[in-house]
Amino acid sequence: MPAHPSPPTFAGYGLGLRREHYRDFLETHVPVDFVEVISENFMVAGGQPLDILRRVRERHPVALHGVSMSIGSADGLRRDYLVRLKALVAAVDPLYVSDHLSWSRIGRFNSHDLLPLPYTDEALDVVCTNIARAQDALGRALLFENPSSYLAFAGAPMTEWEFLARMCERTGCGLLLDVNNVYVSAANHGFDPFAYLDGIPAQHVRQVHLAGHSQGDGLLIDTHDQPVPDGVWALYAHAVARCGPVATMIERDADIPPLSELLAELALARRLGLREAA
Amino acid sequence: MNLNMMQRDFRRWLTTADMACAHRLAADRRGLDVYQNNYRVQLMGCLEATYPILRTFIGDAAFRHAAAVHIQRNPPRAWTLDAYGAGVEATLRTVFPDNPDLHELAWIEWSLATAFVARDAAPLDPARLAHADWDRARLGFAPSLHMARLTTNAADIWSALQDGIEAPEAAMLPAPAGAIVWRRGHVARLRVLAAADFEALQFARAEGSFGALCTRLVERLGADDGIARAGALLAEWIGNELLTRVSGIRQS
Repeated sequence: MPAHPSPPTFAGYGLGLRREHYRDFLETHVPVDFVEVISENFMVAGGQPLDILRRVRERHPVALHGVSMSIGSADGLRRDYLVRLKALVAAVDPLYVSDHLSWSRIGRFNSHDLLPLPYTDEALDVVCTNIARAQDALGRALLFENPSSYLAFAGAPMTEWEFLARMCERTGCGLLLDVNNVYVSAANHGFDPFAYLDGIPAQHVRQVHLAGHSQGDGLLIDTHDQPVPDGVWALYAHAVARCGPVATMIERDADIPPLSELLAELALARRLGLREAA
Repeated sequence: MNLNMMQRDFRRWLTTADMACAHRLAADRRGLDVYQNNYRVQLMGCLEATYPILRTFIGDAAFRHAAAVHIQRNPPRAWTLDAYGAGVEATLRTVFPDNPDLHELAWIEWSLATAFVARDAAPLDPARLAHADWDRARLGFAPSLHMARLTTNAADIWSALQDGIEAPEAAMLPAPAGAIVWRRGHVARLRVLAAADFEALQFARAEGSFGALCTRLVERLGADDGIARAGALLAEWIGNELLTRVSGIRQS
């Protein structure tokens, strides 16, 4: 087990910081306990994005959520990516640093999508080696988010929750539990989402994402452009009852509504979280 | 199939829709189709966001055609999606070889996008210049500065569409003009310069020496006018926050 200190166990309730709400966060008091930003949007040399992040950071704790680490790449991680991320971590002093259990890059190709992994021993070895390298480079334990997936690999011997449990045990990383992704993947692959939540290592869950999805052609699509639906709320209640109080945020990436609507959803998460964790 | 082979098959599926790869990856195509759609939509969205004026100017159909060619020929390599807009100007040179206005519009939009997040550099404080040794002074320009020679009225087209008014018809300029893009404060800006001023800025940026600039302008304009012009240009560059550093300032 690596010696990196564990991320905070409970940091309250937050929102993703999106461009449409920059002014709200910079000019008004927004009642959140933290904000989460997409790391890559701020892994730039300079200019307005970094200035906004610096000013928001003066008001709120910040979680960094990445989409490009590609922790499942069979040929390892990109050093230049880790160097840039490390610089951002040093500048922000974030609550959490997270990415996804997925892969985006192979060789010189980067898909810019969160592609699925086969849950095999070989993939587990690759992921754990990459996590160890990333955690050593950044000097902290990271969180990894369960992905939405639209494809399951035939013959993979582990379920996703078994894979996550072994990954956490071997690397000391934490989990960012995206409840909507559990819902979407369960619908797409026909597993019981409650069994998934019962199977994950609850002690490693440090953060929860709540979001909405859309109906595609025979598959649910993780669009993050809808309010959190009832089915996801039901899973969230179950997750909190099992994991205890856990930092929770509403993650909306498209069709961004007024901030008041997201704060109303967050208030519901807060009530559910407090009730179920009691 | 090991993980490396699977990921290489996936890459080929996303970039070329290779059916043999699809069959090796999954029996059911639906999931693979979702990923391929996501891949293309993501890249198309990135290009649309990076080149909004070009898209407005040439229309959706032509833009999507050019973007599809760009996506087909240029699988993304950088870890940041923001880098994917690089090279669209080159793609347009092959898709629309006879439309320099489009190539130059693409240069403008890509330069603005990169200037927006270029390294910060505080503008030069004019008060410090009182102690400059102008014979030896070395000039440093904003890291966000991009320069190009334009042969068309692309800058006018960009400005009109940026202001929400009807763009002029594309036209060749009577003589090439110089355009600069740089960031002032947090705002990336475009400006067209008179040919002589553009050439002077190019020279000063390449040589880095104010003395050399003075010599060049004296050769062209004569002693009095050359020195005066160099001083005026310097003041203009400082006022526009193009100049960020002058070395060779004596300590007072």
